[in-house]
Amino acid sequence: MAVDQTIDRCRELIAEPLGVIAERWKESHPGGRVAACFPVWSPAELIHAGGMLPLGLLGGGATVELTHADARFQSFVCSISKSTLELGFQGLLKGVDGLVFSNICDVARNLSSIYKRNFPHFHVDYLHLPQNSTSAGVADYTAEELRRVARGFESAFGVKITEDSIGKSVELYNAIRARLRALYAFRIAEPQKLSTVELYLILRALTQADPEESLIRLDELLAELPGREGRPKDRIRVVIEGAFCEQPPLGLLEVLEEAGCYVVEDDLLLGWRWFTSDVPVNADPFRALGQSYVDRAVPSSTRHEGREHRSKGLIEKVRRSRADAVIFTPPKFCEPALFDYVPMKQGLEREAIPHLLVEFEEKMWTFERTRNEVETFVESMLFD
Amino acid sequence: MPAEVKERQYQGKVHQLSRELMNAWTSQLARANETGEPTGAIMISGNCVEILRAFDIHPIFPEVTALQNAIRHQSLPLILKAEQAGYSSDNCAYVKADIGLFLSGGMGPGTKMPYPTITLCNYVGCNVYVKWFEHLAEATGSQLFMLDIPFLRTPEPTAADIRYVVKQFEELIRILERISGKKFDIDKLREILGYAARAEEGYARSKELCKRSPAPFDCYFDAINMMGPINVLRGTREAADFFDEAVKEFEGMVAEGAGPLSEERFRMVVEGPPPYPYYRSFRNLFTRWGAVAVASTYSTVGGIWEFGFRHDPTRPLESIAEQMLTENLTNRSIVTRYGQIRRYVEEWRADALVIHSIKSCRLFSAGQGDMREYFTKELGVPTLLVESDLEDPRYYAEAQLRNRIDAFFEALEHKKLVAA
Ligand code: SF4
Repeated sequence: MAVDQTIDRCRELIAEPLGVIAERWKESHPGGRVAACFPVWSPAELIHAGGMLPLGLLGGGATVELTHADARFQSFVCSISKSTLELGFQGLLKGVDGLVFSNICDVARNLSSIYKRNFPHFHVDYLHLPQNSTSAGVADYTAEELRRVARGFESAFGVKITEDSIGKSVELYNAIRARLRALYAFRIAEPQKLSTVELYLILRALTQADPEESLIRLDELLAELPGREGRPKDRIRVVIEGAFCEQPPLGLLEVLEEAGCYVVEDDLLLGWRWFTSDVPVNADPFRALGQSYVDRAVPSSTRHEGREHRSKGLIEKVRRSRADAVIFTPPKFCEPALFDYVPMKQGLEREAIPHLLVEFEEKMWTFERTRNEVETFVESMLFD
Repeated sequence: MPAEVKERQYQGKVHQLSRELMNAWTSQLARANETGEPTGAIMISGNCVEILRAFDIHPIFPEVTALQNAIRHQSLPLILKAEQAGYSSDNCAYVKADIGLFLSGGMGPGTKMPYPTITLCNYVGCNVYVKWFEHLAEATGSQLFMLDIPFLRTPEPTAADIRYVVKQFEELIRILERISGKKFDIDKLREILGYAARAEEGYARSKELCKRSPAPFDCYFDAINMMGPINVLRGTREAADFFDEAVKEFEGMVAEGAGPLSEERFRMVVEGPPPYPYYRSFRNLFTRWGAVAVASTYSTVGGIWEFGFRHDPTRPLESIAEQMLTENLTNRSIVTRYGQIRRYVEEWRADALVIHSIKSCRLFSAGQGDMREYFTKELGVPTLLVESDLEDPRYYAEAQLRNRIDAFFEALEHKKLVAA
């Protein structure tokens, strides 16, 4: 499939309700089960290893009108939590059997149990991912936590998750992540040939599709992208940071680019490309995954790194991608993103890296103000 | 509205004793500032202050600093200072008030406090704690220890949860030995836990007395007098003695049939932290109606003692782990909290549930609309949800709150009359 066609297909796919995708997959996998993962990281490998389909549970964007969820969650709570709950109320997750949340923030934590109460037919699990990355007990703990999650799926759905099958799933997801790293490297090298909207569509589609199928598409893309047309434009290179959970509207990503930026690095859908190198496939895959969660992790606002300053990973990203600036894109009301903004910004200022703050909401639909702000920022840099 | 109800007990003996104890604690900290004795910053929720105490490390509680500044109407300039530095209007205002204080060159509510020698983040359910203590450790240059307590996501903690927590305790103890220059003494910890258990018993007994009508104290507004001793000073002989005194005082009141108000007309359960910048005004809105809190969830952030759990000196570290993992409000899911409130409504015979929903603390508030649904629709408990904040005075709209509260109690009164 040609690049443009693949990207169009991705665009169609992500416009479909999750339940429709789940039902369609089940038609070709009779008796199959589907589990959807709320950001940021979830062990998709375990779900896949049980013969189930792992999907991303990423809210309702601008398409779902809130009719029930806003009576449950107050006005000062982020949009993704409300629209995700609304998906349940409107039956848009019909076909999805399991949901996984984790300790990324207090809102996600409460959402998890409220989901379970309102929709007892889902198998809902809440994963406590470690925040102490230096304890000698952390790898054992994480391995056990993943075992617990696997046992939960086994007893809820009668599936079998064996060490063997996890090994195979880890290999599959390692392969996918390697392709994603290659796509990110390609965009750093030739951002004019792969826009961020396109890369985001590819990535997001991956969270809504069969992983085997995704791997084939990723290989095709990587083979075809270098031959794509694209003349470099006079734009600044930026890293965007903060939209690791609530999904930015496509319009926002478009505006950033139209206003004169090449986005060369980001933290979009971070959980689906969490590991910086392959997870080892060995005798104890639970431990390998757990250890990797801690040792091979990308920098993330939802994990306490321990030894490093919050800005360190971001500055490394800026250097590695040869970016000129950072645009912070925290979702409105998102505590982890908004808290990290301060030390990150301070770190950037120490390194004289310019930055701009652009808050967003998934349901945002006009971007003119953002366009003006970004254009002014870009101009100030281009003509500095 | 019938004849006005008045407060009787606000400045009672328990309040006075609590004040003295808390002042003594701040003076100790001020002294530590001069002598260079080690100090440890730690959070209130499900804390393990006993471990610090075993090394004579003075505990500092940034939340107490923040709330005291709010009560003294000093929080807004601090919050604004933090917002100027880049914190969002949507970030927890406790953190902002604390960071604002650092940016203004201070630490502590009025009294000069030392910078912590160690910043011990007891991550017990609240994810903001992680950020707060990352920032605090950076601002003060102190060593950060992230004590990661797995969230209670199964009916009981798993064996792996307990192993992980105990392992971290061992690691923490090694660091505390180094900081304090003292060897870990398990017998000393046992003694401290003995005092803790005695204080817990007294706190639980006091709350139990609120099952009586009238309740001898308001378990939301007056419970603050006990929350200092139980959460900050737990593990000291003074705190244990304080609760013995408190129980005596409350038993006397029960014998006299006295409560905090001239008349107890409504018994309510209150969920959520109070609006510290307007503590008195908020309280008055309920007092007018003769509404007394007979139980509250906020008073259990440090530990839920009224259902029977006590620290056990014979199993020191294990029982501290149990308290952090399961026996406090913050490390449990919001829906588990519904069960806790339900018990209060039933066993403390409450007429209503009042939810004070605060913007700063999403751990408490995110999803309280669902809680209201559950109590009104499924249990038929009259429930009022009002919004403001625990630290930021900008979110307190008195007229609006008064209207909502008046309308609610009017309806409740009407219901009572009809039922009679
Ligand atoms: S957007 Fe932020 S606050 Fe909301 S659920 Fe995600 S991480 Fe939590």
